[in-house]
Amino acid sequence: MADEKRLQEQILRISGVNPRKCMKCGKCSATCPSYDEMEYHPHEFVAMVEAGEIEPLLRSESVFKCLSCMACVERCPRGVEPGKLVEAFRLAVVRTKDSERLKPDDLPALADDELPQQAVVTAFRKYLK
Amino acid sequence: MKTVSYYPGCTLRNKAKNLDFYARACAEKLGFSLCEPETWQCCGGAFTASEDEIATKLSAVRALKAARDAGQPLVTVCSACHNVIKRTNEAMKNASFADKVNAYMAQDDDFKTEYHGETRVYHYLEYLRDVVGFDRVKEAVVHPLSDRKLAAYYGCLLLRPGKVMAFDDPENPVIIEDFLRALGAEPVVYAMRNECCGGHLCLEDAEATKKRSNAVSDSAKNHGASAIVTACPLCRYNLIKNGSELPVIYFTELLAEALGVKEARNG
Repeated sequence: MADEKRLQEQILRISGVNPRKCMKCGKCSATCPSYDEMEYHPHEFVAMVEAGEIEPLLRSESVFKCLSCMACVERCPRGVEPGKLVEAFRLAVVRTKDSERLKPDDLPALADDELPQQAVVTAFRKYLK
Repeated sequence: MKTVSYYPGCTLRNKAKNLDFYARACAEKLGFSLCEPETWQCCGGAFTASEDEIATKLSAVRALKAARDAGQPLVTVCSACHNVIKRTNEAMKNASFADKVNAYMAQDDDFKTEYHGETRVYHYLEYLRDVVGFDRVKEAVVHPLSDRKLAAYYGCLLLRPGKVMAFDDPENPVIIEDFLRALGAEPVVYAMRNECCGGHLCLEDAEATKKRSNAVSDSAKNHGASAIVTACPLCRYNLIKNGSELPVIYFTELLAEALGVKEARNG
């Protein structure tokens, strides 16, 4: 339990988000383009961080489904910024040793001739450290 | 002729050469010149929202600082570069963040003075709207894009987060529609114009990106558009790759067509 508390503090510090501002309207998840791909949805990230349930989120594929499109951030009536919370989880995962989501060697198989460099550099930002 | 600093970014040097070429050619036609700072580096493609990330933001700061030192605004074209550079510039206005970044930057040979977000950053479209003026763009049109119904695709990067990007109303933007009207085209407003194409997820979950991209291109098609207009190489790639029935065109290419600059390149 002590570990979970420390992880909660880490996520709050990295993200700068205050989940207690949330009024549970669900608009973040309603507008999320990756909703169908996620096990835990943006509103659940907010609620679970507030409740101190960090481990399930760290282990979930959901952290890699966020598009960082900022729709939830823009449309939250309380300025909670759920997307920044998801980003903090993604960072907490990829900053851990040997937990890169994408290795440079994997890229050639994924890329075609038209793939813009922008996609590659963005993927490096998002999936490895 | 007025000279502004210009940040092309990595993709405009490679897969999106037309986006870059026509931006330069049209600028000359409209009376301003795009000058690349020697020290610009790839922006990294994505702004990391977390407050404890510093190293990943340094490359964008170098171009911002070079523009400030040249006494010029910094103009961008690619949606991703624009998003990263504007957000980094805003972050540099925070003193405790800027102190850490400036401490890193002090190791650069050309580091003279600290940077604190002084540069004015414009997307090319903002520069046309706010400095050149769409009226002047309209006056310079020699081949009006009459009878063309075009769908402006904003996606996410140009607009959000709205408070920082300050590009337009993030939920009901008009800038690209106004731009298209200046070129003589008829803009088509459709539901998905400011939703995400699936972005970098194309490398992680191609099927998920396909769903997002198809939602955008189908929405534009169902509202009667004949083509989709974008500023983002990744949006263009995702829409085309996932089978958009409509062509996806860079806004600078349309501008070049209307200004009569396009023929010049083709021969």
